Amino acid sequence: MTVTTSVEAKVNNGVNVDALLGARTALEQAPEAAQFRWRANCEWVNGTHSRSAIGGFFGLGAEQSRNKTFTVEADHPQIFASEDFAPTPVELVLSGLASCLTAGVAAIAQRRGIQLHSVKATLEADMDIQGILGIDDEVRNGFGAIRVHFEIRADAKEDDIKALVAQSQKRSAVFDIVTNPTNVFVTVN
Amino acid sequence: MRFATAIIIGAGQSGLAMSWHLSARSIDHVVLERGEVANSWLTERWDSLRLLTPNWQTRLPGYAYSGDDPDGFMTMPDVVRFLQRYAGVSSAPIVTGARVSLVRQQEGGYEVETNLGHWRCRKLVIASGACNLASIPPLRARLPAKVTSLTPLQYRNPGLLPDGGVMIVGASASGIQLAREIRATGRRVVVCVGEHVRMPRTYRGRDIQWWMDVIGAMDVRYDTMVEDIERARRLPSLQLIGTPERVTVDLNSLREAGVELVGRIVGLGDGKAQFSGSLANHCALADLKMNRLLANIDDWVITSGLVQQFPEPHRFKPTDVGSETRLGLDLIEAGIGSVIWATGYRADYSWLDVPVLDRKGRIRHDGGIAAAPGMYVMGLPFMRRRKSSFIDGAGDDAADLAAHLSQNLNRAAA
Repeated sequence: MTVTTSVEAKVNNGVNVDALLGARTALEQAPEAAQFRWRANCEWVNGTHSRSAIGGFFGLGAEQSRNKTFTVEADHPQIFASEDFAPTPVELVLSGLASCLTAGVAAIAQRRGIQLHSVKATLEADMDIQGILGIDDEVRNGFGAIRVHFEIRADAKEDDIKALVAQSQKRSAVFDIVTNPTNVFVTVN
Repeated sequence: MRFATAIIIGAGQSGLAMSWHLSARSIDHVVLERGEVANSWLTERWDSLRLLTPNWQTRLPGYAYSGDDPDGFMTMPDVVRFLQRYAGVSSAPIVTGARVSLVRQQEGGYEVETNLGHWRCRKLVIASGACNLASIPPLRARLPAKVTSLTPLQYRNPGLLPDGGVMIVGASASGIQLAREIRATGRRVVVCVGEHVRMPRTYRGRDIQWWMDVIGAMDVRYDTMVEDIERARRLPSLQLIGTPERVTVDLNSLREAGVELVGRIVGLGDGKAQFSGSLANHCALADLKMNRLLANIDDWVITSGLVQQFPEPHRFKPTDVGSETRLGLDLIEAGIGSVIWATGYRADYSWLDVPVLDRKGRIRHDGGIAAAPGMYVMGLPFMRRRKSSFIDGAGDDAADLAAHLSQNLNRAAA
């Protein structure tokens, strides 16, 4: 046990695992505090260009504010006759998936006492745009498949690194969002 | 109103093991059994099922398998005969046909209502099983009326299924076994695969249960776990089957037999099922977990100095589900006649009117010592040890809990 502890103490992936575990224990006792609500506000700029503002969210039974409001822009590339001011929304989805899995890898590695040196993810998604263009109703709008490839350097055996990535997928919100259906309710005015 | 110092509810392996230990301590008790001895084994199992543990591991306090096939797997009639003989040789004070309808707390003990009258007791042991009810996801309600819905508790054999293909939800022990035998009759079989525990039947010339026993994995206690015990208790059952040929059934062998594998079921509406895109990761997790166990076994062999006794270490082919996994299925169009929900089981405590259940309806307990005075529970997954829900686990748990119960009685008397 002492050996394990001293190894874990040296590992620093910049994740406060104790705080996360503490939160988990607390929320097991008070599941209502685990109910979160995430928000984004988006405004059309011009053409296919839009800008989202991301700030407060609800969680732990209260409104949570941040020190600043983040902005995320999206547009479409020039081959779609757009200005290409920013990534396309589907690329932001890939970025969201990558960031979610990467954060998971770091947190799980910290918890398992694995020192990371570098984590790089390469993502690729297939899309048949006959769907979004309305050419063929049998083609879906979204991705046909997503491929994620991780290059990870860490002080661990190959299978232990693979286990980090597998566990990260198991606990990832964005992985769940893209692999499973979600009810979406849209209202106007 | 009759009285016993202790009442045990259920005459399966847990109840009988507890009765043996209470008798050994001369604690007067009665075992209330809703049907016959080994009732669940007798009435709630499919025809072809055999135990997933070898015969030599079928052992209870003062009694064990003594036949000439120690590495074989008992059929359900074998299990029932085994437990009935055990009940006989241990002279367990069993009242059969006594279905408990209500248990309520009372001054210094419990009152137990049954169809055969009322009992009072000071100590109560709940040994009524962990698998009384099938756990079925709520989306079952959206299954089209034309498709028959079944649980493994109702399933008997492929011949009794309605015509057509079969969708099996769940790929743990029940799901993979049913998929194998239903597919063998030539039907279309689709299996929805979520989290599962891949396990070879044999490794390095021995049964996997032998390995887990010998490396001490089955004896790991709930209070010495490094990992989260609640997670260990929720772990799905091992992908194992007991056959005379000692075959391994895994997702690769099912796929080779023509079973279609899809992800966890996540949606159902207008007769169409939707499956998660997480199948590949669930398989990766299971392969990694299996390999960790095999590595532990290999380490044990090296440390034990018995390398010469066993064949060389090896690894099994990674699970290959292909890249064309379907994400949806129109059940009617695909000719699916029935859906079997092999999505796990839970205990039935509808008769228990004592505030001892957590928000998920499970008894709150510390290694089987329930969070209500003088109440014990048995046979739950990883209750005191990894083997707690196995026949082979009943003895050690019963010994511990009988000792606690007895001490408790003496303290009250002093």
